Amino acid sequence: MKTPAISEEELHAYADGQLPASRAGEIAAWLEQDPAHAAELQQVRAWRAQNRALHAHYDPVLEEALPPRLAAAVLAGGEEYRRRDQGAAAHAANSALWWRYAAMLLLTLAGGLGGWYLRDLSAGGNARTVVASAPVMLARQAAVAHTVFSADLRRPVEVGADQEQALVTWLSRRLGANVRAPKLAPLGYDLIGGRLLPGQSGPVAQFMYQDAAGQRLTLYVSHDQVQNHETGFRFAQEGRVNVFYWIDGQFGYALSGSLARPELSRIASSVYEQLAPVAATPAPAPAAPN
Amino acid sequence: MFGRKARLERQQRERQADEQAMLACLPRLRRYARALTGEREGADDLVQDTLERAWQKRDSWKRGTDMRPWLFAIMHNLHADQRRKPVLNTVELELEQAQTVAAPVPATDQGLALDLEAALQALPAEQREVLLLVVLEEMRYEDVAVTLGIPTGTVMSRLSRARERLRHAMDGAGGPGALGSAGSTLKVVK
Repeated sequence: MKTPAISEEELHAYADGQLPASRAGEIAAWLEQDPAHAAELQQVRAWRAQNRALHAHYDPVLEEALPPRLAAAVLAGGEEYRRRDQGAAAHAANSALWWRYAAMLLLTLAGGLGGWYLRDLSAGGNARTVVASAPVMLARQAAVAHTVFSADLRRPVEVGADQEQALVTWLSRRLGANVRAPKLAPLGYDLIGGRLLPGQSGPVAQFMYQDAAGQRLTLYVSHDQVQNHETGFRFAQEGRVNVFYWIDGQFGYALSGSLARPELSRIASSVYEQLAPVAATPAPAPAAPN
Repeated sequence: MFGRKARLERQQRERQADEQAMLACLPRLRRYARALTGEREGADDLVQDTLERAWQKRDSWKRGTDMRPWLFAIMHNLHADQRRKPVLNTVELELEQAQTVAAPVPATDQGLALDLEAALQALPAEQREVLLLVVLEEMRYEDVAVTLGIPTGTVMSRLSRARERLRHAMDGAGGPGALGSAGSTLKVVK
């Protein structure tokens, strides 16, 4: 059989799969059908073993959650350009930026889910162009925040439950209202801590809970609701995240988790009862579970 | 006014497309940086610097072409700059770092994986870059040459030397079956 000259370069290209199929076939035959080429065959196999070992060792990095600072670096650069393009005076875009970041992260991590965010929130580069009503926005924001931070294995909360009093004091001061972390231990969920996030027009608090199996719930508390009326329980679903949410005066609450609706409804009722003002009316009937 | 609106819309589409393209490259930039630097936080620092530099140099990217080689070229230049600077050894004591878990090592053989990491870091950086772009990124040799700004022949000789050294390091020095020196041409067969 006629086999044209084979250089070491070509052997590398063969090992790396960079040759056209016909040439690769010729080299495969040359390597394997003549014992005189055993050394080359062994070399190619060794190179391929190295390739596999490197992939096995470093490919897990591809699956890691993206550090927020890196996604933020991408979007901060884009934001910089937006201002430059529009010649607009730099105005506080903190919350818009955070939402765009969250939406991007969802797009890259979860696919599909969150697509509407990019469309809605990035259109016009201004969060205020969103047409969704405030309570619906609350539920969506809560679902995004739940997805982003409940999946964070390294640092799901900023302040842990071991400093619960400090956490509550801090969040209350930042929100400008007394917030409390309801006790969900009787329902099997322990508080693991909380964090502060930028909301529509001010900071919002997120408390995170976890059950014995590691299932996480988040309670999202905003104090910037302006419509100033109450709503009963409402239910929303964003991808795999179920959300019960309600407005109570200036407070907006949203409980999110990848739990079945009946169980989440039961927990939401308990949260509502614990957080309702002292003279509270009985909890509104949760949307019929099933 | 209409012209301005159309321009702003186009700029916005381009910004969003660029953000998307960068985000899509992020996992691969992190993998490459991790293997290149051999450390986690330092690798992410390098990625962050790369993203910031990429926005600064955004005009140098030819719209419509693959963004990946351009980003890797930026990272290469930053890493080369870092290597030229003398580094002060510092130890950061941060809770977050203390809790950091390195890339999970596949259950196969921890010892072997550590050997691989050590052997990789023992390579000259120029060889490590070529090897990682070829193997992890599966870049074509010509693209590696463009990304690193070196001739393809240099890519091949560095690749050859990197593989040889890695193999020696993993096998123990002078493993059997090693072929001749880098860049040599095998025999011509009829």
